[in-house]
Amino acid sequence: MAEAYAASSISVTLRVNGTKCGLTLDPRSTLLDVLREHLDLTGTKKGCDQGQCGACTVLVDGRRVVSCLTLAIMQHGASVTTIEGLAKEGKLHPLQQAFIDHDAFQCGYCTPGQICSAVGLMAEGKAHTADEIRESMSGNICRCGAYPNIIAAIQQAMGRP
Amino acid sequence: MISFQYSRASNVAEAVRLMAGSPGAKFIAGGTNLVDLMKMDIERPTKLIDVSKLPLDKVEETAGGGLRIGALVRNSDLAYHPLVERRYPVLSSALLAGASQQLRNMASVGGNLLQRTRCAYFYDIATPCNKRAAGSGCSAIGGLNRMNAILGASDSCIAVHPSDMCVALAVLEAKIHVMGPRGERVIAFADLHRLPEDKPERDNNLNTDELVTAIELPQRGFATNYTYLKIRDRLSYAFALVAVAVGLELDGGRIKEARFALGGVAHKPWRNGQAEAVLSGRPADAGAFRQAADLVLLEAKGLGHNTFKIALARRAMIRALSQAARGTPQSQSNKKIA
Repeated sequence: MAEAYAASSISVTLRVNGTKCGLTLDPRSTLLDVLREHLDLTGTKKGCDQGQCGACTVLVDGRRVVSCLTLAIMQHGASVTTIEGLAKEGKLHPLQQAFIDHDAFQCGYCTPGQICSAVGLMAEGKAHTADEIRESMSGNICRCGAYPNIIAAIQQAMGRP
Repeated sequence: MISFQYSRASNVAEAVRLMAGSPGAKFIAGGTNLVDLMKMDIERPTKLIDVSKLPLDKVEETAGGGLRIGALVRNSDLAYHPLVERRYPVLSSALLAGASQQLRNMASVGGNLLQRTRCAYFYDIATPCNKRAAGSGCSAIGGLNRMNAILGASDSCIAVHPSDMCVALAVLEAKIHVMGPRGERVIAFADLHRLPEDKPERDNNLNTDELVTAIELPQRGFATNYTYLKIRDRLSYAFALVAVAVGLELDGGRIKEARFALGGVAHKPWRNGQAEAVLSGRPADAGAFRQAADLVLLEAKGLGHNTFKIALARRAMIRALSQAARGTPQSQSNKKIA
């Protein structure tokens, strides 16, 4: 049977960074706004809000997506990982450490999206060379132009000097 | 974004039933185009029918030696599917030339077929646009039309179809399976999208109550001599100025069959049967490719800002046909154009 919901509010369950979250939402809520406004996970950034910049990249069921073009209700039951969920037991994720090691940012606004996107890239296992990494990261814009260091950081995390 | 009622369909029949009699309703799958358009108030559905959980996410071999691709297969999954990489590499290449990996992870192939134009005036609700508001006028004609059509346009619309995947599907002569209240029907790819004529508000020949369920590929994949060449303002993550998909069948140095389609130049992926036929039986050389390209562009019309696309399309076609004939398809990561 179809599940139909009134326009005003709906119940959505998400698993965010390992924690189950029950939410009551306006169906119009994007995953990005839910993360930032309902769950106070402000590490995920709102850049263009149109799917063009990649600042809002998170992992849904292990795959990188732009959270600004995702209705939260459509992710009912999904597992979401944000930048806040990458460090484990006080230890930075290898990509976070690599971004620091390579000074792979200036203002830092695109960085959470860059890192989440790179986590997705490594899980996909399709990009290996610098050219392939550049192409696969082209959905993440860095207006400071830290691209060379971002590529170097990802190569370090991939174990490719 | 206006308020909407939300329903999640659990099977195709239910999705079609939920749509029947709801003129303000829209199906939603990946959402990468529709959510954006809803935020901009360009699309204003009163009801969203979520079809993203329907069991249409398989890629299966058909009895006829082709492939049946479920409408909900994600663009990235299709691009990297071993059977597509091996047998239909022009499709894999075109998919990887489009959008970003994040968007390809979200976007369904059914939605890719139906994505709407990126014409700047379609997106700007402060300006007239016949596609967005029928009868209001076209702001692109006489406006900033650098990205707009050079072929098949009309006095009411010069928008282009933005898909890369569809350019490859035109070459592969895919079939589109749709389900509606009157049952299933199959649409030849060439008949799916339409030219704007005097009804640019209609992008394609689907009825509003029909749901795309699958894309069927015939057996022939042109896996040896193909290319997808996309020319754009940036090297990645931008819509095409001109794109060319090619599939050739060669016999020694001669062309047995040629198929090629252009993206970024018209309201639908653009093929020209006469230009393809002229290549048949000819040696695969630059002279033949020039003649074919010239035939395609006989009726091309520039409107000022986009006039450069005519010369660009000519060179892109010749280059793409050469790449395919040599068996050196365009790489989508190394951007050097060979």
